[in-house]
Amino acid sequence: MNTILAAVAFLIVAPVIGGLISGVDRIITARMQGRVGPPVLQPFLDIAKLFEKEKVGVWQAPVVLIFLHLAFMVVTGLIFFGGGDLLLAIFALTLSEVFLILAAYSTRSPYAHVGAGRELIQLMAVEPVIIITAVGFYMVTGSFAASDIFSFAGLPILLLPGVFLSMVCILTFKLRKSPFDLSSSHHAHQELVKGVMTEFSGSTLGMVEIAHLYELVILLGLMYLFFAGNLLLGLVAVVIVYLLEILADNSTSRVRWLPALRAAWVITLVLGGGNIIILSML
Amino acid sequence: MAYLSKSPWILHYDASSCNGCDIEILACLTPRYDVERFGILNTGNPKHADILVITGGVNEQNRSVIKNLYDQMPNPKVVVGVGVCACTGGVFRECYNIAGGVGEVIPVDVWIPGCSVRPEQIIDGIVKAIGILEQKRTEMERAEAAA
Amino acid sequence: MIDTNLLSVMYMELLLFLILFPLIPAIMLYYLWSENIRGIVVTIGAGLTALGSILLLAITTGQNQSFFTVPVSGIAILMLILEILIAGYLVIVSLKAKQYLVIGFVLLQLILIGAAEWTGLQGHAETPDLIIDQFSAIMAVIIGVIGGLICIYALGYMREYQKHHPDLFDQRPRFFAVLFLFLSAMFGLVFSNNLIWMYFFWEVTTLCSFLLIRYPETSEAISNAFRALLYNLIGGACFPLAILFIILTGGPENLGLGSLIAAGPAVALIPACLIAIAGCAKSAQLPFSSWLVGAMVAPTPVSALLHSSTMVKAGVYVIARFAPVFEGQILGMLIALIGGVTFLVASCIAVSQSNAKKVLAYSTIANLGLIVACAGVGTPEALWAAIFLIIFHAISKSLLFLSVGTVEHRIGSRDIEDMTGLAGPMPRVGLMMLIGIAGMFLAPFGMLISKWASIHAFSQAVPPFGMILIIILAYGSAVTVFFWAKWMGKLLEVRKWEESIEFAISKAEWVALIILTALTIIACFGIAPISTYLLEPLLVSMYGPISPLISQSNMMIMVLMLALIVVLPMMLMKIFVPKRNLKRYMGGVTVENGLMEGSLGMKREVSLGNLYFEDLFPEAGLSRYGSAFTIVLIAMVALVILVWGAI
Ligand code: SF4
Repeated sequence: MNTILAAVAFLIVAPVIGGLISGVDRIITARMQGRVGPPVLQPFLDIAKLFEKEKVGVWQAPVVLIFLHLAFMVVTGLIFFGGGDLLLAIFALTLSEVFLILAAYSTRSPYAHVGAGRELIQLMAVEPVIIITAVGFYMVTGSFAASDIFSFAGLPILLLPGVFLSMVCILTFKLRKSPFDLSSSHHAHQELVKGVMTEFSGSTLGMVEIAHLYELVILLGLMYLFFAGNLLLGLVAVVIVYLLEILADNSTSRVRWLPALRAAWVITLVLGGGNIIILSML
Repeated sequence: MAYLSKSPWILHYDASSCNGCDIEILACLTPRYDVERFGILNTGNPKHADILVITGGVNEQNRSVIKNLYDQMPNPKVVVGVGVCACTGGVFRECYNIAGGVGEVIPVDVWIPGCSVRPEQIIDGIVKAIGILEQKRTEMERAEAAA
Repeated sequence: MIDTNLLSVMYMELLLFLILFPLIPAIMLYYLWSENIRGIVVTIGAGLTALGSILLLAITTGQNQSFFTVPVSGIAILMLILEILIAGYLVIVSLKAKQYLVIGFVLLQLILIGAAEWTGLQGHAETPDLIIDQFSAIMAVIIGVIGGLICIYALGYMREYQKHHPDLFDQRPRFFAVLFLFLSAMFGLVFSNNLIWMYFFWEVTTLCSFLLIRYPETSEAISNAFRALLYNLIGGACFPLAILFIILTGGPENLGLGSLIAAGPAVALIPACLIAIAGCAKSAQLPFSSWLVGAMVAPTPVSALLHSSTMVKAGVYVIARFAPVFEGQILGMLIALIGGVTFLVASCIAVSQSNAKKVLAYSTIANLGLIVACAGVGTPEALWAAIFLIIFHAISKSLLFLSVGTVEHRIGSRDIEDMTGLAGPMPRVGLMMLIGIAGMFLAPFGMLISKWASIHAFSQAVPPFGMILIIILAYGSAVTVFFWAKWMGKLLEVRKWEESIEFAISKAEWVALIILTALTIIACFGIAPISTYLLEPLLVSMYGPISPLISQSNMMIMVLMLALIVVLPMMLMKIFVPKRNLKRYMGGVTVENGLMEGSLGMKREVSLGNLYFEDLFPEAGLSRYGSAFTIVLIAMVALVILVWGAI
């Protein structure tokens, strides 16, 4: 009974939190650019609007795949916040991402095609660090279960500083923020139009946006795990990390995919890989 | 609920404008005017857009392009013609390649004359367009309910 | 309760049936020229073999490991004679082709095994000849069912193949005979307890693969066949060395697989490592892997057979057999690293390939690498992962090979770029291919569960090797996702709904494809029962009591996810039909049916190429570095063995 309640709570609360975070994000971004910015609730208004529009598409496969993208993003969240196996959550996340990519491919639109290719590059850049993070948590806490890591008494970050830093770098990919917003960007006038998202309209795009809100919460939850022992410290750290991401977004320009991939892999290998190898030898 | 009016996304197309009106449209995004305050975003993609903003008159090359862009926008949608060129062809009207205003190709809902149009006028026109957008949405819903 | 005595007789009879029965269709097919009768013989032969293997699995469930001695004298002599005959054949063929290096290795092996038999002949009558437990039974089902399906598929495929290659002399009788001989040898290999028996069957599989690879008789095929032969012989030379070593040090009573493993690492580690090197050659690990890529010249059913149920699986089977010996040993970790490096390098190379069969080949090499890595780590959890990898890889890979073969005959290309939007003109085969690919890397499907278990296993392995393996796995699986997902994407890029071109696919091909697709999904649903009823008893019998593996609740989540994936798309495809179909966005340019209208009304095809990153992942460079690295690892293994042996 409790788990069902928790699941329902997650289903409702996660997008609300995610929406608020991205609303605040948009305001801060606007302020950094000397603008006022939209209302905090703008992300919700956008999504609600998208569901009011006509249901159009190229054919039905992209819509189905996007639905699966959203569904498995939710599954990921349920596994993760339900205290399930961290690796399982990561695999579900990858599955969800792959559905988004397949949806973009299946539209057979040139812009979406290029976007999908780049999204895959991003996935390839991000995957190693996430697996290494899970293993790092296992080495510190002795368990892959998210619930055990959540209730871990110490601060995992003390033993995993390298893994944490590489996660911070990699988060830029996941949040689609500059300099690593290869596949699609929040900013208009991209050579890619909207990259992976180009061909999705109306409620299909709405589902992508909702999935993104869930993803945001999951990723920040993962960052929080590094400070599992201390609620306050954890929240502060997550806020600081997110602010850094916004700062990077507004002060850098996009890099090409090869430097992005190299950067991600080298950082992961040196900081993340080095961290867990040293930790295993201790 | 009318969320459409809270989050109108724009597609800006330069038909054959002299670029004067385009600059003014981009000026709307600057800190001084900051249309994102009203939830307005410049999407650059017809599949995401609710409002098609066109500057400049129609020429033979972009006739099909305008038509395509319009068709690729999901309903409900409105079209705003910005500048006298978009309304009638303006100073280019007599050119051998110009067919006239945007109205030659697609139905236009709001005309914003001026050469070039001031950002305040553009925002004003968009706000008008949002009203029409709402109207179209209710009509669409009614039609759907009837069907 | 059935009388145990009776059971054991039935048991042995069944094992011998599986080894010997495929020889009957093999002999018949060799002399059969009529296509219809051949069809009947192949279908019945494959069907009975498959049924026999399933029956064996059913009996084995819940039984302990058992050993049998075949009460017929003179088998050892017969095998020796056959080995000499095979060697003689290989020498003659190689002489004709001027492959002197091959001759050298053939003779070297003959001398080694001769010496082993000579010194050990008096002893090995005491070792039981056959072994049967859940592992052997699982292998038997893979060989019987998947191998059988591939034989049936080959009926339709080879007819088309012969049509596409009119100048090639029709050697199908010999071809099908060799296929069945191959199955027989594989059964023999997985049921052998006596290492001398195992070595005999090992050599027969090498011979069969040589014959099958050179089937097209082009100069490329012949030289690739000799390469396969040479590499397998180089690695295979370690096998008689291991036998010789056992006889000289431990005495012939350790020649049985069961007794050898039970004797523990002190006795078994060195022979296990030697056999593992032979296994690495057979399962195409670096530095030996180029033979498997070269084997692509053969007709597709051959590739499917080599990659999924026979040959390469023989290699990983023996390595996995010795997993308990490797547990916690540095030598084991070195073997695991060979597998790990192979996994990473082969996955990277697969990114740069657009030839579908080459992608499949490199992905096979990569997955075998992962299996070797798990076996080298050797913990119960790692072995669990390894066996599941063997099962799921066999199913998905055979499905993929067969569907690529079918597509190749329809569209006349095996290039992934030419499969753009294949789900349009070939919806059913396209869907099967998608399921096969999903089976290779996506979450609720089998391969990923094994990957998951291997991460669990590696994170407990000897530091820092465990962590190095984890990093290798992390990068390797990132790359894996990349090349599979872009292939799936290609299939889905449907241009327009064209007329189906699936009509000309033969019934034999459909049967094999449909059953394999069903198996891909069913096997994933069956993970929990396979684990509890087959693998856990096996692991307990090999390791003693074991700590719980992947928990039931997690497996339930997996099954639920799988159910979602199977059910949802079917339902949603009907619901989510767009109210209005929009043209694709191309900056306002008109695009219709994949054609875009340029200036002056010119129509052009929109072509979308995938990313291959030839500069980032160059095939030649990567395999060179990978080979160098693995050669160093093998040299280290050899060094440790020598030093140890000296002490
Ligand atoms: S209305 Fe004036 S400023 Fe605008 S496009 Fe026409 S000529 Fe240029």
